[in-house]
Amino acid sequence: MTGYLFIETRDPFESRDTEFVAETAAALKERDSEVTVFLVQNGVLAARRGARERYLSRLAEAGVRVLADDFSLRERGIAGDDLRAGVSQSSVGALVEMLARGETKAIWH
Amino acid sequence: MEEKTLTIALMNPPYESANSTTAFRIIAAALRQGLRVNVFAYEGAVCLPLKEQAPHANPVKGTTVEEEDHPTTSKFVSALLEMGGDRLTWVNCGLCVDERGASNAVEGVRRGSPADFFKMAEGSTNTLVIPTR
Repeated sequence: MTGYLFIETRDPFESRDTEFVAETAAALKERDSEVTVFLVQNGVLAARRGARERYLSRLAEAGVRVLADDFSLRERGIAGDDLRAGVSQSSVGALVEMLARGETKAIWH
Repeated sequence: MEEKTLTIALMNPPYESANSTTAFRIIAAALRQGLRVNVFAYEGAVCLPLKEQAPHANPVKGTTVEEEDHPTTSKFVSALLEMGGDRLTWVNCGLCVDERGASNAVEGVRRGSPADFFKMAEGSTNTLVIPTR
């Protein structure tokens, strides 16, 4: 089965077009695809538990797997136990494992 | 076991975006996992492996060049090429190099064209395009 991997680098507080990724990811999930959003760089900024931006929770509720890069989290002072519900800490190594599955379509944003 | 290959297209010039750092981390992780990696550097990314890059001191902290040990992107590229050996192929777009006068790349970087990117992508398990925006 084709899986979709969205690599989200943008800060949702700065770039409203993160909504586009969220809507696309949720729509693909509705069509029974395996969908992952991997947050990296400033993309992790909405992953903090107290952040008011709710699009990540909506994604998780839609069944999309939401992962956050550990290196980016550390750089921004976000501890692994300070992540909002539905977001899991991950790594670039795990990202490569997903890419190494040929059926994964990767989209960088 | 089937050998896996990842192709990555880069476009960001040095010191412009965290995309370059993330790309270096992905390349390193892929090599550590035993994958072959092709990099096609396009537009400003052809300056990533430029030999002339020099590290700088940090006047804010008052540190010298040696104390600061500032990492240049060319040092990252050299380190990756050394780490990957024949499992890492780095191709700089020739036209982009000529436009920028950026031909003096570190050892191991090859000159090519978008046709190389097409061939790399065709022969890869997966391809990741990292655009500037």
